[in-house]
Amino acid sequence: MTLLLRFLFFGILVRGVILFGLGLTVRHRELLPGNGPAIIAANHNSHLDTLALMSLMPLSLLPKLRPVAAADYFLSGRVRGWFARNIIGILPLERSGARKGSDALAALGEALDRGEILILFPEGSRGEPEALGRFKAGVGQLAALRPDVPVIPVYLHGFGKALPRGSSLLVPFNCTVSVGEALRGQDFEGGHTRRAFMAAYEARMTALAEAETVPAWD
Amino acid sequence: MIQWIGTTFDLPQPVVVATLSLWAVLIVATGVVLALASRGTGDHRELIDRTSSWWWMIGAFTLAIAANQTVAIVFLAIISYLALKEYLSLIPTRRIDRGILLFAYLAVPVQYYWAAIDWYNMFLVFVPVWMFLLFPALMALRGETQNFLRAVGTLSWGLMLTVFCLSHSAMLLVSAEVHNPVAGGVGLLFFVVVLAQFNDVAQYFWGKLLGRSKVTPNVSPKKTWEGLLGGVLTTVTLAALIGPYLTPMDHLWSALAGTVIGVSGFLGDINISAVKRDLGVKDAGGLITGHGGILDRVDSLTYAAPAFFHFFRYFFTP
Repeated sequence: MTLLLRFLFFGILVRGVILFGLGLTVRHRELLPGNGPAIIAANHNSHLDTLALMSLMPLSLLPKLRPVAAADYFLSGRVRGWFARNIIGILPLERSGARKGSDALAALGEALDRGEILILFPEGSRGEPEALGRFKAGVGQLAALRPDVPVIPVYLHGFGKALPRGSSLLVPFNCTVSVGEALRGQDFEGGHTRRAFMAAYEARMTALAEAETVPAWD
Repeated sequence: MIQWIGTTFDLPQPVVVATLSLWAVLIVATGVVLALASRGTGDHRELIDRTSSWWWMIGAFTLAIAANQTVAIVFLAIISYLALKEYLSLIPTRRIDRGILLFAYLAVPVQYYWAAIDWYNMFLVFVPVWMFLLFPALMALRGETQNFLRAVGTLSWGLMLTVFCLSHSAMLLVSAEVHNPVAGGVGLLFFVVVLAQFNDVAQYFWGKLLGRSKVTPNVSPKKTWEGLLGGVLTTVTLAALIGPYLTPMDHLWSALAGTVIGVSGFLGDINISAVKRDLGVKDAGGLITGHGGILDRVDSLTYAAPAFFHFFRYFFTP
């Protein structure tokens, strides 16, 4: 039942709002993963980010898509928690407290072992609208733990204009999804995998961002 | 057959013939493109992309005019919405104006509603007077003066171009039998839309074939005098041929209307080209594969629709 709801929600409502209401320009769509396990690592400006990335993947992959989301935010409150778990299908991540760190990473690793596609936002939170924040190194650690899993850098633009943090008013803007070439942990082996991986990820994200002509938003 | 289609879809017979001819041209053109591509010399990717997009666009246009007048107006309103959205996404905007921009989208259904109920005076003043006065006032009330003139100017200009100008196509549709006993409003809509689009293709074709001297080297380096003249002449010829069947105009008046559409279409095209140049983008968006965004496709219509509308209204309205 919830699976049917999930398909209806993503198949009709989300696709309608994202593809018609907003409109996406997708660059290098062919670089998106065709199957799991994989990690999509994007910058984060809006709740729409997750929905847009999920609407770009074929519906047949929907059961495998797992947005990694903060447990303290998304699981607070019964309705929001039910929605986040069953409809969006999030993989809750503890941002603080005892289960932080390696335990949380282990859960992500297990999901990858099940062949799932993780959607995660290394900036950690939505932050300043339409500005690249600092990337946290968790994705680098994950890449070191599962060195053969592709990590696809994705640069998103426009979603922070359409629905920024702190606003519930959705204003239609065309948005851009720029997909980069996958990175793998195994390409950075030899001591400082995590750091080398993060440097490469950051460089790739910056290059994707610089390739876009972004109008002023002041 | 043609009579049967005409009565089933409540379309004037000349429009049925014209639509079927349009599909015949599309099918022949597709055949030529595929034949060229299979010869395998050079890169035909863009040509193939463009052609397959034409199938979608002509398909949508056919469905819209075949359904009924309301569907056709909603279809045209959606084009305005997409064009306005593309425009607002390209230009610099201010955070504080988010709510006002959302409000600006509402101008689209309202403007097309005036067209749908054939309230000509309100249709004429709604955007250039009421929206022109409303949005600066709203922005002033919000109290942010930094970049105020830029915000007011770009919003008003965008609404004029993407909503007001394009909505003339809907007004043509409803001006109906009174003004066009030959093939109704849908005949006039078909005439201007198909000729404006055909003019684009003809200018592109002649430009590729003979193009030498540039018209506007700084704005759109691909536009040449040869392309412009060849395109307009081709459009005028086609207009003179089909005008008497779709409109109350005879061959000569139709040729004149073709000139208006051809030249204004060119001006609409370089107008959007200048905007894109200014903003530093190549395409206005990525909605239509091979063509760019919706603004890249309807740029000529933003000029041709109002120009033809007022040309026709001036000379042919009793």
